[in-house]
Amino acid sequence: MSYRHVVGPRTFVFSDLAELMAKASPPRSGDRLAGLAAGSAEECVAARWCLAAVPLPEILARPLIPYEADDVTRLILDGHDAAAFARIAHLTVGDFREFLLTASTETLSRIAPGVTPEIAAAVSKIMRNQDLILVARKARVVTRLRNTIGLPGTLAVRLQPNHPSDDPAGITAAILDGLSYGCGDACIGINPASDSVQGLTGLLHLLAELIDRFAIPTQGCVLTHVTTTLEAMNRGVPVDLVFQSIAGTQAANASFGVTLSVLKEAQEAALALRRGTLGDNVMYFETGQGSALSADAHHGIDQQTLEARAYAVARAFRPLLVNTVVGFIGPEYLYDGKEIIRAGLEDHFCGKLMGVPLGVDVCYTNHAEADQDDMDTLLTLLGAAGVTYIMGVPGADDVMLNYQSTSFHDQLYLREVMGLKRAPEFAEWLARIGLTDAGGALLPGGGAPLLAASPGLAA
Amino acid sequence: MSPEDGWRRLAALTPARIALGRAGAGLPTREVLRFGLAHAQARDAVHLPLGVEAVRAGIAALGFGTLTAASAAPDRTTYLRRPDFGRRLDEASTAALTQAAGEPVDLALVVADGLSARAVHEGAVPLLSALKPALTGSGWRLAPVVVATQARVALGDAVGALLRARAVAVLIGERPGLSSPDSLGVYLTFDPRPGRTDAERNCLSNVRAAGLTPDLAAFKLHWLIDQALTRRLTGVALKDESDRLLAGPAATGMIEA
Repeated sequence: MSYRHVVGPRTFVFSDLAELMAKASPPRSGDRLAGLAAGSAEECVAARWCLAAVPLPEILARPLIPYEADDVTRLILDGHDAAAFARIAHLTVGDFREFLLTASTETLSRIAPGVTPEIAAAVSKIMRNQDLILVARKARVVTRLRNTIGLPGTLAVRLQPNHPSDDPAGITAAILDGLSYGCGDACIGINPASDSVQGLTGLLHLLAELIDRFAIPTQGCVLTHVTTTLEAMNRGVPVDLVFQSIAGTQAANASFGVTLSVLKEAQEAALALRRGTLGDNVMYFETGQGSALSADAHHGIDQQTLEARAYAVARAFRPLLVNTVVGFIGPEYLYDGKEIIRAGLEDHFCGKLMGVPLGVDVCYTNHAEADQDDMDTLLTLLGAAGVTYIMGVPGADDVMLNYQSTSFHDQLYLREVMGLKRAPEFAEWLARIGLTDAGGALLPGGGAPLLAASPGLAA
Repeated sequence: MSPEDGWRRLAALTPARIALGRAGAGLPTREVLRFGLAHAQARDAVHLPLGVEAVRAGIAALGFGTLTAASAAPDRTTYLRRPDFGRRLDEASTAALTQAAGEPVDLALVVADGLSARAVHEGAVPLLSALKPALTGSGWRLAPVVVATQARVALGDAVGALLRARAVAVLIGERPGLSSPDSLGVYLTFDPRPGRTDAERNCLSNVRAAGLTPDLAAFKLHWLIDQALTRRLTGVALKDESDRLLAGPAATGMIEA
């Protein structure tokens, strides 16, 4: 079915929903690279006019990627909650935007299981940045393993202590530095340079021993391929959180070497270890716009819609943490600070609307037209939007992955400006060991309690 | 021991930016400026145009013939947005390389700006200089070295095919990190032709004075070329086992030679 919109003497025709969604997308280099972007600014807005008039049930009835051809489409449709959808089934995309602006937190959480990624993506395309912030702020998603993440008024931080050669002393030094700034409640998560099971085993033991020694109410994670983590679990290595990069199409997931059944198997293995004390959210996923196009697995669908489909994959496994790595992929997908900022807000909004605990790796590479000022802007906007967590990278400079993310200092900035607290169990721990006062402010003394408990390294 | 001493010791354990201190929630001024300088150097490395004539002269001085080529990306902005353009030759270069092609050769070498012209300015001649004796000793037939601009790795496939080369080695500026704006990558592809994938290449990364040194990189590259031409393949089926040679006393002699 085609869509039309008349502007003065011109009639814009869009051959199907996929073309309409792509052309309605705010401009970005990845959609241009794929040949999917609107040909003019006017065509882009004409597409938004058309999209605003599309009834939500029509989006449900017209899968962008056929049910038979793609297991992510099957996951979305087979798991769709018709009762939750009933509350919004009478709305067009345009009506839905207005519904969201007025909806309460309770309403948003009730409709979340009825919101498909295509519906979330469609409405995001006709929303301004302020709409994305306002609605996301109301949508709360709370998850638990050894602490409570996502409560209103809180912001968690993944402590990311990477080292170019996985040196245990170097990683430990970065962890101690991060803890001294009060980072690490989302998790302490290492991207390893080596993907061997032996390397993974050493790092997982390092994390488990450090978390035990200080009795930190948090979880460790080594971000390696899910099959490697499965192998480690089979060998009895302590695994708190299972990590995997995921995407929004079956073919893109296949390019990552992942299937839905492997994810299920890993989730069950991690649940069987019973390492959670407060809850059983044992999965951690990363995503990012452009990954399907990069794997030549995009089916002619725009990159923002495919990103939202990745959250449908995540949602099926009740994750503790999900984050978009928004500026990592490079300027051929998101060209500059403006495109990265928009994508970060879209990803966060779509995830939260679908009931996924979305954090954002606010980041960029050196060949993108972006800098620290752009990251400050996105970080501040996400703080206002109630982002679940951000990254804490020493000095914002990841010396293993060669990109710039947010720093231990950046999270202090955001807490001070927005009045955001840490996960409550983690905050109590920081106060108990003397790193913060009862209000969560860092005490002077430069992390001395951590140094005193780490004589082997610091002396 | 004071906390300051303790953090100094920890900072020595990692290149990561730890123990920076703070001014309230912010960084001390010196750290803001240090970061700014590193980012500026990385940005400049991306946008600095390749000094084609100087690079050509340096390579010619080593005794190599040289040619130039340009990708279909007319400028840096297009290059960054359209990686597909950077993988194709422009029409003039296609014609010139077709014209220049002679009898089949064993190896074509491409020196490409990639994402860091600085890496090429500082690293290409030292690497080729270290490689030259081994190339001469092997008796391989060589095409002239092609200096290519606005180039991605896969541009070497088109160059290698036009020059009728059995293998192509592309020396290319890597995406600059904050602490490594000068890092050169080397990609070797057997039977180059457009459409080859990255899984069909072997790669040496982080070639620079403070990383994989030119001498060691040349040793590894020569080993890989020899294996590729003998076994008639590159990519995932060819693992870099040159370290085994390095481990023995004979290997030390090979490097010094």
